[in-house]
Amino acid sequence: MHSYKVALVGNPNVGKSTIFNSLTGMNQHTGNWTGKTVSNCEGHYKFNNTIFTLVDIPGTYSLMSNSEEEEIARNYICFNKLDAVVIVVDATSLERNLNLVFQIMEITSNIIVSVNLLDEAKKKGISIDFKKLSNLLGVPVVGIIGKKKKTLNNLKNLIFKVCSGKIIPSPKLIKYLPIIEDSLLLLSPEIKAPYPISRWIALKLICRNDNLISSISHNMNINLDTQNINTKLDEISCLLSRNDINENNIENALLSSILKQCEYVTNEVCTYKNINYMKNTIKIDKILTSKKFGIPIMLLFLCMLFWITIVGANYPSQLLSEFFSFLKEKILVFFEYVHSPEWLTSLLVNGIYQTVTWIVSVMLPPMAIFFPLFTILEDLGFLPRIAFNLDRCFKCACTSGKQALTMCMGFGCNAAAVVGTRIINSPREKLIAILTNCFVPCNGRFPFLITVATIFISGSIAGFFSGLVAAIVVMLVVLLGILLTLLISKILSKTILKGLPSSFTLELPPYRTPQIGKILVRSLLDRTLFVLGKALSIAAPAGIVIWIFSNICIGDSSILDILANFLNPFAKLIGLDGYILTGFILGIPANEIVLPIILMGYLKNKTLIDIENVNLIGNILTTNGWTLLTAINVMIFTLLHFPCGTTLLTIKKETKSIKWTIVSFFLPTICGIIICFITTQIYNLVNLII
Amino acid sequence: MNFFALNDLPLGITAKIIDINCNKNIQRRLLDLGIIENSKITPVYRSPFNDPTAYLIRGTLIALRSDDSCKIIVET
Repeated sequence: MHSYKVALVGNPNVGKSTIFNSLTGMNQHTGNWTGKTVSNCEGHYKFNNTIFTLVDIPGTYSLMSNSEEEEIARNYICFNKLDAVVIVVDATSLERNLNLVFQIMEITSNIIVSVNLLDEAKKKGISIDFKKLSNLLGVPVVGIIGKKKKTLNNLKNLIFKVCSGKIIPSPKLIKYLPIIEDSLLLLSPEIKAPYPISRWIALKLICRNDNLISSISHNMNINLDTQNINTKLDEISCLLSRNDINENNIENALLSSILKQCEYVTNEVCTYKNINYMKNTIKIDKILTSKKFGIPIMLLFLCMLFWITIVGANYPSQLLSEFFSFLKEKILVFFEYVHSPEWLTSLLVNGIYQTVTWIVSVMLPPMAIFFPLFTILEDLGFLPRIAFNLDRCFKCACTSGKQALTMCMGFGCNAAAVVGTRIINSPREKLIAILTNCFVPCNGRFPFLITVATIFISGSIAGFFSGLVAAIVVMLVVLLGILLTLLISKILSKTILKGLPSSFTLELPPYRTPQIGKILVRSLLDRTLFVLGKALSIAAPAGIVIWIFSNICIGDSSILDILANFLNPFAKLIGLDGYILTGFILGIPANEIVLPIILMGYLKNKTLIDIENVNLIGNILTTNGWTLLTAINVMIFTLLHFPCGTTLLTIKKETKSIKWTIVSFFLPTICGIIICFITTQIYNLVNLII
Repeated sequence: MNFFALNDLPLGITAKIIDINCNKNIQRRLLDLGIIENSKITPVYRSPFNDPTAYLIRGTLIALRSDDSCKIIVET
């Protein structure tokens, strides 16, 4: 069977990942904001008895500005043997997207332009003449709607035809200024590479793009440092400088030729029924970013998100745990029946089963509600507006407004957000974003926050308001995290990571109707399966460890007790206790198991208990000396402690430095200890006075 | 004919870009987004804290900080 390799490129946020998912049947995460995909992703599909390997490349506006993602895209297109390159362009902003098309056409001929988001363009009254576009570009063009699989068949067909040589595209390259074209004619024959890439290399030589030139000669094995080339280059710079073109302005000159052509082509092929098609988006934005409502609306959304999660998760949580404890009894009966030794029953049922089911019943429902809601906001295009609204704060902290985006991703998973910091261009600002990322609680910590908030702060209030109060408390904790993110970013910028804020350009995409049905199914199924998998892979071994810690005794007390007693004096100082601290330490593999460990320590019955409702947990906690202060400090410490194991590993990978990984471990921990210490002292002082 | 620094251009007024005085790196970023000499640009709304500002250019909304936009000269 034949196999072909195809790359999927395009500007950021034009729906590459959606197309990739539809074609390959994979489930790469999608969202309506620039820079969501940060690394290449490979998938396969079959068509006409041929296997196609599809590579999704991070979005890029251009191949000329040498940022990280552009280098990834450019190197991939230049240095891989690709059978075709599919350039995805946004029908609603064709003009800007064509820039990339023209630049890629200079590197390779096997190009298919697929105009995406036709549905959106139609809504905005834009229609595009594909035939004319294809003629003007010299490459096949196909119109698609990435969300609709049916429209992708034409694309598959075209990819097949281009790969198999049934269609041979002949791109119409940009005609630069005559003087530059003359120079290219002079230089191109000296470069031992096929057309059109020889012309492109000549262009880069004339631009004196040294980094790129050395990587070209290295990767493509071409000698670009010959006598002939150098003499001709000298000749050309003389020629150009007589026409006032030098190293500094040549790229601008090239780009304006490209942009002029883009404008021309767009005017030829696009007809607008309604010139002011951004009107609705702007109308909404004027409210969402207004002085009066901008910030309150954001807070309201955040609060609602938590409230729906808390209220909605209550019932399924209870149901699940009732079901699991019912099942447990049956399992115990079974073990008794087969005469399994007591220690084995205890290990399997009280260790593994109990830990796993605990996590599933307490953690799963909030996640299953939170994620779809969050994804809807993401798909809608709300996240870039948050970054826009908060940019001023981040500017004051001398960092990039895009940090707000990675911060939002942190609500899902800190490890994923650390990878996501690649959208930040300046290395200094990226590092700050990484170090401060775990100041927002991820989904592993949310349910814990919610449980504590529900029991201690809103527990005394009955009914409807209880959930609301809990939501507000969780929101306050999150706000504290955001404030600390800003504060610590500022401190880092003024001390060990000195620097001025770099430039900031952020695209505010038009609002898109979220694919609600798809989101629900996707995030429920994907996340649910993912969480269940995680529960099994982490909780099961953790269950064994916990069981060992609480069942193996040295002298009179278990290891858990010894550890807790050891930590107790210090823990008391910051308003916690030894078991809580032990829970956090043993919870490094996954924050989800912190609360179960704490409870087990208190109960000393060498097993996790059945948690049928939160009131029962509340009773256990209060009888073990939990006060309002303990609850507050536990919530603060949940927000501010060392990142989980996965996040630490990811940080190590992203920063390529053990030093920064260690900093990322201690930074939040020390913050947590200091703040808990302060709250404890204040609380004690107030108690003393009253 | 009036000349403005882009950050001083009142909301809703469309102007033509005359000159971009940023350093090379930023200039390239702007170029990628289609912000070059002679293109038309309109400030549309500002963030709650007055900075950054969202500009409509070539049919897309781009947010720029005043630190960057003050180096772009436009004429109305």
